[in-house]
Amino acid sequence: MVNSCPRGPVQPQHYNGPVTFAPRDRPAYFDHNATSPPDPRVVEAMVPWLGRAANASAVHAWGQAARDAVERARAEVAELLATEPAQVVLTGSATEANNTVLASCGRLAGHEGRIVVSAVEHPSVLRPAERLAADGMELVTAPCDGAGRVAAEALLAAAGTGTRLVALMLANNEVGTLQPVGRVAEVCRERGVPVLCDAVQAVGRLPVSPAALGVDYLTVSAHKLGGPQGVGALWIRRGAPLEPLLLGGRQERRRRAGTEPVAAVVGFGVAAALARTEGVARRSRCEALRSRLEAGVERLGGRVHAATAPRLPNTTHLAFPGVVAADLLIRLDLAGFAVSNGSACAAGATAPSHVLAAMGLEPREAAGSIRVSLGPGNDETEVDALLAALGRESAALGVRPAVEEVR
Amino acid sequence: MNGRVAVAMSGGLDSSVTAWLLSREERPVIGLSMLLWDRSGEAVHGRCCGALDLGDAKRVAGQCGIPHYTLRMEEEFRRHVVDPFVDEYLAGRTPVPCTRCNTWIKFDLFLDRARALGAETVATGHYARIVEGRDGPELHTARDREKDQSYYLFEMTPEQLRRIRFPLGGMEKSETRRMAREAGLVVAEKGESMEICFVPGGVREFVEEQAAERPERFAPAGGAAGAGAGPARIVDREGRGLGHGEPYYRYTVGQRRGLGVSAGERLYVLGIDAGRNRVTVGGREALAASGLEGRDLHWIGAPPEGVREVSVRIRSRHPGVAATVRPTAAGRRAEVRFAEPQDGVTPGQAAVFYDGTRVLGGCWIDRSLPV
Repeated sequence: MVNSCPRGPVQPQHYNGPVTFAPRDRPAYFDHNATSPPDPRVVEAMVPWLGRAANASAVHAWGQAARDAVERARAEVAELLATEPAQVVLTGSATEANNTVLASCGRLAGHEGRIVVSAVEHPSVLRPAERLAADGMELVTAPCDGAGRVAAEALLAAAGTGTRLVALMLANNEVGTLQPVGRVAEVCRERGVPVLCDAVQAVGRLPVSPAALGVDYLTVSAHKLGGPQGVGALWIRRGAPLEPLLLGGRQERRRRAGTEPVAAVVGFGVAAALARTEGVARRSRCEALRSRLEAGVERLGGRVHAATAPRLPNTTHLAFPGVVAADLLIRLDLAGFAVSNGSACAAGATAPSHVLAAMGLEPREAAGSIRVSLGPGNDETEVDALLAALGRESAALGVRPAVEEVR
Repeated sequence: MNGRVAVAMSGGLDSSVTAWLLSREERPVIGLSMLLWDRSGEAVHGRCCGALDLGDAKRVAGQCGIPHYTLRMEEEFRRHVVDPFVDEYLAGRTPVPCTRCNTWIKFDLFLDRARALGAETVATGHYARIVEGRDGPELHTARDREKDQSYYLFEMTPEQLRRIRFPLGGMEKSETRRMAREAGLVVAEKGESMEICFVPGGVREFVEEQAAERPERFAPAGGAAGAGAGPARIVDREGRGLGHGEPYYRYTVGQRRGLGVSAGERLYVLGIDAGRNRVTVGGREALAASGLEGRDLHWIGAPPEGVREVSVRIRSRHPGVAATVRPTAAGRRAEVRFAEPQDGVTPGQAAVFYDGTRVLGGCWIDRSLPV
């Protein structure tokens, strides 16, 4: 089972002491927005390439086979995005893809003019944007409402003359709220302002077509859609300029230097193909599981954030009044359930979330929120087990259920 | 007890070995680290509060095969330990932040959080022993007298002692390191952290930096001159000026080096007047005190009736001296009389009472009593 708990029968590295951790329930993984376990078919396709000399730029047979594998995979990714393979640049991660676009934009603008980003962007957009601001550009952050949704008109009002890039994600990683990317891109196109769309959480979970959205750059991560870690993609609109971030060899049509990691790329391709062929089924399954989860959470006295906003089908952000989320998360982990409460800092403690702060949550409320993100591997039994654990563990932390069990 | 035990893991040698020892036992163990003072930007090593050391804690937990989590307690640490530390220096006293951290953070908040996570018992790497006595649990000095940390634990209560374990209390420090080496723990060769964990450089710089960061919090109060005081006036016991040194909060009663003035004899700091930014100095003989007055008197068990004979330690490295403790102000304050005069009774330090190896309690030094 791909979701088997890593701490099940783990032995200490140096001593064969007793296992001090025993999950009460069958372990279940609910943190797919952080990373999703690779589908077994993905792993199967990758394995041969891990044991092979595979430089896709080489002239010989080994190189040609690798090139063929890379291009097949690229075609699958392009197919998933309803676009042409030539528009897909493979990168080491979506973080790299986001960094590339922001650095390119700053360089092309001579580090003058304005950048507009939404307040709920991923750090791999926000930190490079801050660097551009330090380099002399004007950085404007567009706010969001209480559900985490950015108001298109407010963002567009800021993106006037002299704006060199607008960055707006398709779906937020913490709350799952969908953003009005199509509307923003439509107006920006008229104004000649390029748009970067970080679609990491959406691709594979919703149908995504960068051309239909009308954006200029769109970024994707393999490991959020059932592919391996260490590979991502940058989609570039035909004719949109790009200054490479990594310089060196001529890979990726000189848009990204560095030998393609063939095994990872092959895995990415298979994951993209599966997301395309199984996407509709996954989505309806996910939505049904999520409804079941959220109904259960409310019965337990919990509250679902952004419940009525357009959201990803797999993400639930919830809170139990008066509960410190870090404690609930730890108790759930000790019971064998993986959930998340935002991003972790260097020391592994939960860092305050900039997304929840932008949504106007008080620090105390924000510190009480946890994220459950479903994936294709989850089923009803697991969701019911999670609900039982949420009830048990939140009660241990002092929560009383909203609806008492009928006897 | 077969319930879950939580180990407080700092990433240092002692708490790492504590975690390792407990992970060998037949009961569930979780490692918990406290993020107390996050200055991730600053390169610090060998300090208990830095994110770097918490990375070591996580690695050791991995080696022990136990789950590990980091709890954020920065606000509480600032409120209960760092701010009072700055307050004390600005009031002309010399605080003991480690005791406050034990009292307010490790054995109060941390104990609560551990309980919320299902751990009734908490273990730390302190060198002290908890012994079951006739009238309940007793706190005793560690077997390794050099490493003994009981001085910093005098404010504990029997309820806390019942829930705490100090597995290193019966061990020599050398044994601890040998165990870490045998276990192959990644921290086995790590040095001691002797300084105050949240003060990266000098105390004076830290106090001034904190006061500058939050002037409203550290506005001069109670007649203190405050962090902008400038060079203190150094005077002798008759009030004659000897020159100017550093600001008053840079000094500690009993200090000899770095006074900033010179005289025929060796001079020691005798007193600090925060209100007038004045430091009184004199010869060693003037340092002697016959006793002290303390506040926040605390007894670990039931308070004694009337006067109690004890051995008192007036700073962490003090060997102890026979003394009598007389509770005053309805038991909130104490008057301690030494059997023989002691040098360097320093306001802000703790006076900790012992009966042999047993810690009875203690108080915080307000002032010394003249010979």
